Amino acid sequence: MKILVCIKRVVDYNVRIRVKPDGSGVVTDGVKMSMNPFDEIAVEEALRIKEAGNADEIVVASIGARQVQEQLRTALAMGADRGIHVEVDGNIQPLTAARVFLNIVQAEGIDLVLLGKQAIDDDNNQTGQMLAALWDRPQATFASGLTFDGDKATAIREVDAGLEVLEVDLPAVVTVDLRLNEPRYVKLPDMMKAKKKIIDVKSLADLGITPTSGVSSLGVRPPAGRQAGKKVETVEALIKELQALGLVND
Amino acid sequence: MSEAEVAERDIIEFDVLIVGGGPAGLATAIRLKQLRDDLNVCVIDKASIIGAQILSGAVMEPAPLDELLPGWRDNPPPICQPVIKDQFSLLTEKGRYWMPNPPQMNNHGNFIVSLGATCAWLAEQAEEAGVEIYPGFAAAAPLFDETGERVIGVSIGDMGIDKAGNPKDGYMQGVDIHAQVTVLAEGCRGSVSKTLIAKYGLDKDVDPQTYGIGIKELWQVPAGRVTPGVVQHTIGWPMDSSTYGGSFLYQLDEDRIALGFVVGLDYQDPLFEPFEAFQQFKNHPSVKPLLEGGTIISSGARAIVEGGIQSLPKLEMPGALLVGDAAGKLNVPKIKGTHMALRSGMMAAEHLAKELASTGFDQRWRSSESADELHKVRNIRPGFHRGMWWGLINAAIETVTLGKLPRTLHNHNDHDQLRKISEPRLSPVYDASVRSLAPRDRLASVYFAATEHDEDQPVHLQVADTNICITRCKEEYDNPCTRFCPANVYEMVEEEGKPRLQINAANCVHCKTCDIKDPYQIINWTTPEGSAGPNYVNL
Repeated sequence: MKILVCIKRVVDYNVRIRVKPDGSGVVTDGVKMSMNPFDEIAVEEALRIKEAGNADEIVVASIGARQVQEQLRTALAMGADRGIHVEVDGNIQPLTAARVFLNIVQAEGIDLVLLGKQAIDDDNNQTGQMLAALWDRPQATFASGLTFDGDKATAIREVDAGLEVLEVDLPAVVTVDLRLNEPRYVKLPDMMKAKKKIIDVKSLADLGITPTSGVSSLGVRPPAGRQAGKKVETVEALIKELQALGLVND
Repeated sequence: MSEAEVAERDIIEFDVLIVGGGPAGLATAIRLKQLRDDLNVCVIDKASIIGAQILSGAVMEPAPLDELLPGWRDNPPPICQPVIKDQFSLLTEKGRYWMPNPPQMNNHGNFIVSLGATCAWLAEQAEEAGVEIYPGFAAAAPLFDETGERVIGVSIGDMGIDKAGNPKDGYMQGVDIHAQVTVLAEGCRGSVSKTLIAKYGLDKDVDPQTYGIGIKELWQVPAGRVTPGVVQHTIGWPMDSSTYGGSFLYQLDEDRIALGFVVGLDYQDPLFEPFEAFQQFKNHPSVKPLLEGGTIISSGARAIVEGGIQSLPKLEMPGALLVGDAAGKLNVPKIKGTHMALRSGMMAAEHLAKELASTGFDQRWRSSESADELHKVRNIRPGFHRGMWWGLINAAIETVTLGKLPRTLHNHNDHDQLRKISEPRLSPVYDASVRSLAPRDRLASVYFAATEHDEDQPVHLQVADTNICITRCKEEYDNPCTRFCPANVYEMVEEEGKPRLQINAANCVHCKTCDIKDPYQIINWTTPEGSAGPNYVNL
């Protein structure tokens, strides 16, 4: 089995997000970036599948500016075999991303695509689903457990009522949830080896894809700040304040 | 743990290992590859990315960069604002008195930079030159050869150990990095450097090292207030005249202001709180209007080395060198260390390029212009030990005489300077009612440092004897750790009617003040898991 893991470079989850003063997006200059945490779980799962003898090769792919190669290197250091970088300036939308990954899936003869259930920057939760639709293959989203038997995969999903178990025919798309696994630490020697692994760089033109722009962003605004609280000395004073605000009856 | 201990540790070998990706370490690496492309040079850093744990003012003298990377001005680091004006003033609680700018603080031709952003930029140049840079790997301890006499590298700490010291799922043993020469570029009070300075007695013939703490915030303020390139420094309020220190406020492009406060860690009043002094300064009537309505981008703190040449340890030991502030090269009257760090790194590289050995580096540095620069100003900082006014007069004399008076004033340990709590209070009690700017308190401030530590790991702040905290320290100094720590790591809590020291290690911003100022010297700052700690943005 050949696995494709799709990863995205996002603002690190520890970073306090700031909106650009002109409202055109969030600040990324000088900000720590890292692999989308759900994608990291997808990489880890691919490694475990390979280590269990169920896969021969793991390809990781990412779309974005030159810097996404840092995240591809991280995935290679974790243990993926090779990388594909589709170079794009600026943002693309999930549909374009899905079309790019479809192209790779078909060119590489992929049997299983693993992705994070969503990226923590835009929370779109669309790329995996769109890819499955374009590819016309089954999908199992939000997987928190994953096993294989021949040409079938069984995924466990956490739903409101409990656990849902899905069986899908391979090839398929699986998007992964937080509790699927805990990604490994990267070892220094593996990081050094990863520098020698291959990353193919392609452009959208190489793949014959023109980005779609069905959605345009009108503006980005931070949530309104919380108003300062007020301290009162006595219960009576509190009731008076609440009455003044019309929150309790006289 | 037994299984893990038995397992052989992986060994990686380099020609030169540089511990710390700050200006000194990166300058060493770049220069070395420029001179000897055949050498394998590795830089490791405990931060998750290069620059994330770098904090400095910072106004930088560009001359060393001109030498290291000619043409850098066409490809400058992301924040690099030429200084257009220097202003120096003395503050009182309500007033500001403009004073002549001290000649050492003339910044004509210098640049306001974010040292964090500059280091990230330097790291790119270094990688292009062929240096291998690995952030996220913390040097836990030095390694020695079989005789125990020669440094042969460092060991990287293990990942995935729980609070009690047992391996968790996903435990990963650290590797050992061996090198022909190890360059220690950890910055002020580096934990490996501290161990080695003690082991080899590198400081036995010099004065004790003395330090300061710097606390910094980067603000985004409403448009139209900022004049990019204006550099302001103050002394005086909100500190009493017995305490050394002052503020800096640098106006950047894009409506940003970098400001902070530096306090000598030889302060005497156990009740003094450096963080509160900084906040009170921000709310001074002449400062607050600049910041009001703005937001904090990032904040943090870092200890600063202030001892100068009379406290500078020997810079070499078998197998290893000290560069930058790991040794203590900061020029206090200039309040600058970046140029010294870059220069000492370059000098180390030039030394190692000839022969991969540490021998002779100390001599080389001491006969350089950098040593002259520190020698000339050696008496200025210690002059302030007798208070601000005496210090200023002494500084004027030393400046006029170019440091040629045949005397050297001495430094003292910072940890034994505190007066007992029973003695009268020295530091002013601040009026909290004037405070309206963020952050509300230290915990709110830590949020802007984006500091992150896995809570389930051994506490990296090792207190040798917590009984002292609840007995002697409580009585003598009323636990000053709860006040000098800018991140509220140390708290005294009541448990079953008994006081207990609680260490909130996850808040730590790696400033190392506790390791320096704790009066009993029982706090040992060690490296936590790699990548842990603050994630500063453009500090």
